[in-house]
Amino acid sequence: MKPINQKAWWLVLPVFICVAFSAVLPLMTVVNYSVQDIISPDRRVFVGTEWFAAVMRDEELHSALWRQLTFSLAVLAVEIPLGIALALSMPARGWQASAALVLVALSLLIPWNVVGTIWQIYGRADIGLLGAALAWLGVDYSYTGDATDAWITVLVMDVWHWTPLVALLCYAGLRSIPDAYYQAARIDGASRFAVFRYIQLPKMRGVLMIAVLLRFMDSFMIYTEPFVLTGGGPGNATTFLSQYLTQKAVGQFDLGPAAAFSLIYFLIILLLCFILYNWMQRVGTADPEGASHE
Amino acid sequence: MNEARFRWRTLFLIAYLLFALLPIYWMVNMSFKTNQEILASFTLLPQQFTWANYATIFTDASWYSGYINSLIYVAINMAISITVALPAAYAFSRYSFIGDKHVFFWLLTNRMTPPAVFLLPFFQLYTTLGLMDTHIAVALAHLVFNVPLAVWILEGFMSGIPREIDETAYIDGYSFPRFFLTIFLPLIKSGVGVAAFFCFMFSWVELLLARTLTSVDAKPIVSVMTRTVSASGMDWAVLAAAGTLTILPGAVVIWFVRHYIAKGFAMGRV
Repeated sequence: MKPINQKAWWLVLPVFICVAFSAVLPLMTVVNYSVQDIISPDRRVFVGTEWFAAVMRDEELHSALWRQLTFSLAVLAVEIPLGIALALSMPARGWQASAALVLVALSLLIPWNVVGTIWQIYGRADIGLLGAALAWLGVDYSYTGDATDAWITVLVMDVWHWTPLVALLCYAGLRSIPDAYYQAARIDGASRFAVFRYIQLPKMRGVLMIAVLLRFMDSFMIYTEPFVLTGGGPGNATTFLSQYLTQKAVGQFDLGPAAAFSLIYFLIILLLCFILYNWMQRVGTADPEGASHE
Repeated sequence: MNEARFRWRTLFLIAYLLFALLPIYWMVNMSFKTNQEILASFTLLPQQFTWANYATIFTDASWYSGYINSLIYVAINMAISITVALPAAYAFSRYSFIGDKHVFFWLLTNRMTPPAVFLLPFFQLYTTLGLMDTHIAVALAHLVFNVPLAVWILEGFMSGIPREIDETAYIDGYSFPRFFLTIFLPLIKSGVGVAAFFCFMFSWVELLLARTLTSVDAKPIVSVMTRTVSASGMDWAVLAAAGTLTILPGAVVIWFVRHYIAKGFAMGRV
């Protein structure tokens, strides 16, 4: 047990002030907007929950939300297994390990609009390698014309962009396993799968939790990459929640509805992450093999 | 490790690296071509190799100052994030206090807030404070997602250090600051490296807030690039060169922390 010490609050205080300044204050402004109709800077009318009701009835928002959920779940379903597999296949030591780490991590350090630009070029049939290769193979592919192609391109782009994060976290988890564990497993004649299930997976539980949470949150807020790549189109096929919000707030300057939507958006993410966080904690502690190694 | 599995793994790794590097290769390839070549023919290597696109970037102040601006606010943000996160992470990993779990989760919720939500309030707040178009404004705005992440990562690393070390140091008469700086910090330096890496990463790649809060003096490279996309059609070649240059600082940073990532996380939450 950790000792109880209320003075520890003093150590947390700087963080508290920083985040309060840059998050709580702005959030209060959003709350303020969400209950008023701002006609001009000096004329504003209190409208209560009207904007919230309007946003809740918004059909376009419902479809954006479903698109977003499908996308985020697809991202997790592809990136987590792929990241684990990648971490397992990366060399453990030597220059190969360094080289693999740097090469795998590279896509994480590319600014998000450049990621969009790279794939915009890459997927074009006239000047892009991928587009040209697919056209050569006779595949009818166009991320600007076909909704399914656009959606898949955004998903592949996200997998390309973010799987390294999962892989790096898992790789770090794997490196923390002492060789003695593997030796013991070999003496016991454990199968490859048993080693994975009872040694590697429990040891990766903590980092996997971080990976799932981060990937879920970030894919739920995705904005820049699809904005550059498809601009939300064709039609609404790749208009995710952030895109929709920015259209409302900056494009149409509907401050009230945009603010109400922001708050609902925030609460949805909060709720989903809370469920995910608690669920993963429970899975972790309910697993005797996992818990005993902590 | 048997041969067959080793080969299978290597094949998988190579396949993934191909998937990962081909788009980047294509951009780098384009950055050495002329616009005519890009649009007229399809070539795997530049036929008329040219440095002109890079020359454009390094001689035009509106281009290269973008890189400098980005690096300045990223550095400020990294310094603030790590400085405030260190004591907080220590508190979370060593003590229980009223509301500790709630504050920890509350911090994470800020990491979860879509930047789009903060767009308008930030704009108003920084205009009121007269901080618009300064490096400080972007650095402060990026604290929203970087501080929580830094606290989270550092807390994981610190929890891996046995508490007996703290207790022994206090018995030996160390004051808290002296203990923290001379004993504790060196023990978790790989954690600091990893946390700094993540702060760098998320601040360097962010576009929406950085673009909104700057106009001229602190304009970051990411927004210089979006401007070029819309101006006078598509200057694909210069765009590709600028994109290639945005990858370089990241590659350098990864190179420095590669040992920390590999060894370091072992002391984190694993």
